[in-house]
Amino acid sequence: MKWWKYLAIVLLLYTAVMGLLGHVPRLAILNETERNLYFHVPMWFGMTIILLASVVNSIRYLRNPSPRLDILAHESAKTGILLGVLGLMTGSLWARYTWGTWWTTDVKLNGAAVTMLIYLAYLVLRGAVQDEQQRARLSAIYNIFAFAAAIPLLFIMPRLASASLHPGMGGNPGFSKYDLDSAMRMVFYPAVIGWTLLGVWITEVACRFAFVKEKVYEKQEKQLA
Amino acid sequence: MSLPAEIWLLLLKDLRLEWRQRSALGSLLLYVGGTVYISYLSFSFRGGMPPAPAWNALFWVILLFAALGAAGRGLAQESAGLRLYYYTVARPEAVVLAKILYNALLLVALAIPGLLLYTVLLGNPVQDWPTYALSIALGAVSLASSLTLVAGIAARAGQGGGGTLLAVLGLPVLVPVLLLLVKVSKNALDGLPWEASQGSVITLVALNFIVGAVSYLLFPFLWRS
Repeated sequence: MKWWKYLAIVLLLYTAVMGLLGHVPRLAILNETERNLYFHVPMWFGMTIILLASVVNSIRYLRNPSPRLDILAHESAKTGILLGVLGLMTGSLWARYTWGTWWTTDVKLNGAAVTMLIYLAYLVLRGAVQDEQQRARLSAIYNIFAFAAAIPLLFIMPRLASASLHPGMGGNPGFSKYDLDSAMRMVFYPAVIGWTLLGVWITEVACRFAFVKEKVYEKQEKQLA
Repeated sequence: MSLPAEIWLLLLKDLRLEWRQRSALGSLLLYVGGTVYISYLSFSFRGGMPPAPAWNALFWVILLFAALGAAGRGLAQESAGLRLYYYTVARPEAVVLAKILYNALLLVALAIPGLLLYTVLLGNPVQDWPTYALSIALGAVSLASSLTLVAGIAARAGQGGGGTLLAVLGLPVLVPVLLLLVKVSKNALDGLPWEASQGSVITLVALNFIVGAVSYLLFPFLWRS
């Protein structure tokens, strides 16, 4: 096992223990729910990083096609979806107890929903094409295109929007305020690294499984021939 | 031949082909007209006039589906042999830019009679005509630029489900565009001053440049397959 996997385990254990037991500032409405900062926010960080890796692999595929890069892009996208779904669930749960509702129309929430739709559409596209090379190329093109079209929604529109309930947005008690509490920072930053490393780890295992499957298919084809 | 000259020739070719096969254009017009009439019948239960936000949203939904129908035809109808011929005589960049322009023109041509019929049947609460016209023009360009490449991907993926696939792949990409468009046209509807929509219009133009540039870069890869 590589060193960074031990690091991921240690950081996530630290996050779980310190995140649930550590000191957090007393704040109205948020109360203990602000511990979600250690779970919800780092999951989105991890998702963004993993999805960026997926797009980078798609660009590399178009420059220099190989089944390996296609698998890397595909598995990264799947891990991104997993982290995104976890982020949606933790966020929704948090919203239930602070805003009183599971879901509202908020720029950030819309952005999250659309990102999930894009990557689910990416999986649908992969399922629709039979030919392997065609599938790899079409899905790489869609991956890059959708990423470029979704960036405004994820990063620019929330900043343009004047009204949002989401923490860290105009007029709201944002997390950035509590980040100043250095006790929370000591857990938040390790949590970001820990969740991202876990995402990378899942992707790595999934990729190795896909590589092995590819080899098995190749052998079977040879035996049939 | 220079790029603009090539784009011009391809655009003329598309317009000429469309004019020779007027049944396709007619079917799209009939689709818009039919949908508007169904909307009129549905709202007649409420006394004829929908409230202004519903009026606006409904018109954009009609245009969105007209755009999906129009884009779906564009690249799918060309046979593999014809594509090979274009490939030898034209640059792929010119092909995609000409298609975007052509789709935008087609959408404007669909939107104007559509809006007239809509006004006759469902009234017209627009207070600021120049801004509303700008939002329609921008909408046509935005829908066309976002959907052209996606339609190309869906056409290549083929497998019968081309129409569904186009909708699945296109809708998430279109959400940011549509949100901005509905906002601008809603401002025009309420007669708000230009300053209220300025930011959204600039974002839309910038978004179009991003999407256009990404299409320009990615289309050669799609074309080659």
